[in-house]
Amino acid sequence: MQAGQDKGRTAPQASLRSQDQVIILSGDLVIETIETLDGEFGDATGIDISDVAHLDTAGAWYLLQLRQQVSDTSHEIAIRGASAPQRQLLETVRQNMPPEEALDERPVTLFDRLEEIGRTVVGGLHIAIEMIGFLGQVIATIASLVFHPRRLRMTSLVHHMQEVGLKAVPIVALMAFLIGIVLAFQGSAQLRQFGAEVFVVDLIAISILRELGILLTAIIVAGRSGSAFTAAIGSMKMREEVDAMRTLGLDPIEILVVPRVLALVLILPVLGFIADLTGLIGGALMSWIELGVSPAVFQSRLVANTDVWHFAVGMIKAPFFALIIGIIGCYEGLKVGGDAESLGRLTSTSVVLAIFMVIVVDAVFSVFFALVGV
Amino acid sequence: MSEQTGSEDTVIRVRGLNKRFKDHVVHEGLDLDVRRGEIIGIVGGSGTGKSVLLQQIVGLLKPDAGQIEVLGQSVRDTSDAEYRALRRRWGVMFQDGALFSSLTVRQNVEAPMREQLEISDALRETMAGIKVRMVGLPENAHGKYPSELSGGMRKRAGFARSIALDPEIVFLDEPTAGLDPIGAAAFDTLIRQLQTALGLTVFLVTHDLDSLHAICDRVAVLAEKKVLAVGTMEEMLEIDHPWVKEYFQGPRARAAVGAAASGLA
Repeated sequence: MQAGQDKGRTAPQASLRSQDQVIILSGDLVIETIETLDGEFGDATGIDISDVAHLDTAGAWYLLQLRQQVSDTSHEIAIRGASAPQRQLLETVRQNMPPEEALDERPVTLFDRLEEIGRTVVGGLHIAIEMIGFLGQVIATIASLVFHPRRLRMTSLVHHMQEVGLKAVPIVALMAFLIGIVLAFQGSAQLRQFGAEVFVVDLIAISILRELGILLTAIIVAGRSGSAFTAAIGSMKMREEVDAMRTLGLDPIEILVVPRVLALVLILPVLGFIADLTGLIGGALMSWIELGVSPAVFQSRLVANTDVWHFAVGMIKAPFFALIIGIIGCYEGLKVGGDAESLGRLTSTSVVLAIFMVIVVDAVFSVFFALVGV
Repeated sequence: MSEQTGSEDTVIRVRGLNKRFKDHVVHEGLDLDVRRGEIIGIVGGSGTGKSVLLQQIVGLLKPDAGQIEVLGQSVRDTSDAEYRALRRRWGVMFQDGALFSSLTVRQNVEAPMREQLEISDALRETMAGIKVRMVGLPENAHGKYPSELSGGMRKRAGFARSIALDPEIVFLDEPTAGLDPIGAAAFDTLIRQLQTALGLTVFLVTHDLDSLHAICDRVAVLAEKKVLAVGTMEEMLEIDHPWVKEYFQGPRARAAVGAAASGLA
C-alpha cells in the first residue's frame, strides 16, 4: 500500500545517524505504515524513537524485529526515547513475540494420501456400524412399546404424521401429476413412431406404480422431513435438551426418534399412494390431449394389462424408504455437537445420505423382485 | 494510541438518550460520559438495559431520541464512510465471545484485519499470533475452532479479536460471567494489563462485584431508566438509594470489599 494513504497518518522514516550509529525513527509506526519501511541496516548501537508520533502493537513488533536484526549476537541494543506507555507496550509485545522458528510443514507424501483413504474407509464403516446399531435400538424400543403401548407418545406421533404427511400432500401430488404428464408426452412421441401409441398406458402405469411414484415421493420427503428431523433434534442436542432428558430418566430415542420414525413409516405409503393416483391422472390427461386416448379407454387398458403386483411392489418399498429417511435424519441429529456449523453440515449430510440410500435400496429391490419374478 | 492528550477528555458522550421497546421504556433521558484511558464499569439489575446501552453506543441499535458521540463523532448522523472509520477505532467483545464458528482462533483475530487493512498476509498472521498470545491463550489454541475451546478460552479469544485493530475503546459485555472465580480474577488482571499496555478505554458491562473492585476506575449505575450515579467505588458506598445500597453494601458486596482489601494488604 501507499504510504500516507490513510488520512492523518504520516509515513514513517528511518535513517542511520552516522556519527554514533543510531537508527532514528520518526512518523507513525502503525500497522498500516510499517510495511512501507524498508531499511536494511548494518550493525547499530541504538534505536531512537523519540520522534515517533504513534506506536501500536505492530509498530512495537517492528521495533523488536529491527533490534534483533541490527544487534550483534552478544548483546541487545537499547530502544531509546520511548514514553512510559510506549515502554509498557514494547514490553508486552516482547513477552508475546512469535516463537523463533515456525514449525515447517512436512510435504504430503503418497503414503499420507493412502493413509487418508484408509482412514476415510474405516470411518465410513464405523458410521455404517453405528447406524445399524442405532436402527436396532430404535426397533427394540418400538418392540418394547408394543408391550407397553401407553408409553407411546400419541400426541407427538400424530403431530409428526401431520407435519411429514398431511402438509406434504400438495407438493407430492403436484410432483407426481407433472411426472405423469411428462411420461405421457415423451412416451407418446416415441411410441407413435411404431404406431403403438396405446402402449403409453402400460408405460405410464408400470413406471409410476412400480418405481417413480414412491421413489420421487421418498426423495421429496427426505429433503423436506429428513432435514427437519436433523435440524430439530440437532438444535435440541446443541442446547443440551437431550442431555437434560437423559438426566430426568427419559429416553431420547423413545421420545424424539420413535414418534418421528413411526410417523414416517405409517405415512410414506399413504403419500406414495397419493403420488400413484395423481401420477396416473396426469398421464391419463396428457394421453387424452396428445393421443386422444379417452379416460375410459385408459382405465380399461390399465385394469386389463397392468398386474396388481406393480402397485404392490411400489407399496412394499415405501416403509423401507421411510425407515431409511427417519433413521438417518434422527441419527445425524443426535450426532450434532456444540457448534452451529456441525448442525448445518449434518443436516445436509442427512439429506444427501438419505436420498443416496433410498436409491441404493431401490436398486437392490429391483434386483430382488426380478429374481423372484414379479 | 500511546499519547494521552489530557487525561480528562471525554471519548464517549451520551446525552438525553431515550429508548423503548413497544410499551417498555428502557432509557429515558440517559446521560453518560466516559473519559479517555479509564475502565468504567456499567452495573444495573437485570433488564435495566446495560447491553441495550452498549448496543446503541456501537450503533447496533437505533436510539429513539438523544445524542451519542464517540471520539467526538456522532454515531448516528454520519456518512457510511465516517462510521466505518469510527468503527475501526473501537472493538467489541460479546458475552460468549461470538467467535465465527467456521474459523480457527487465529483466523477469527485475522478477520477484522483482513477486512479493514491492506497489509501482507505474513504481517497479518504475525500480528494475529501476537494478539492471541497477549490474551494468554496457549500455543496449541491458535489453530483450534471455537467449539473446541472452553468458555473461558472463548472469552479470551473474543477479547483478542476485539483488540485486533489496536482500538482506542473496547466494549466488553460481561467478560467474567460464567467463569470460575480464579478464571474471572485472571481475566480482570488481563483487562488491566492490556488496558495500560495498549492505552485502552474500557467500557465494561458487568455484574461482577469483584471486577468492579479490582479494576474499575469508575462505576456507572443504571437504574430508573437512566444513569443514577457515576463515581468511584468509595463514592458508591455514600449514595442513598435502596437499590444502590443493596447492591454495593449487600452481603456479597461486603465479601468482595473484604477480598479487595485483603488483596491490597
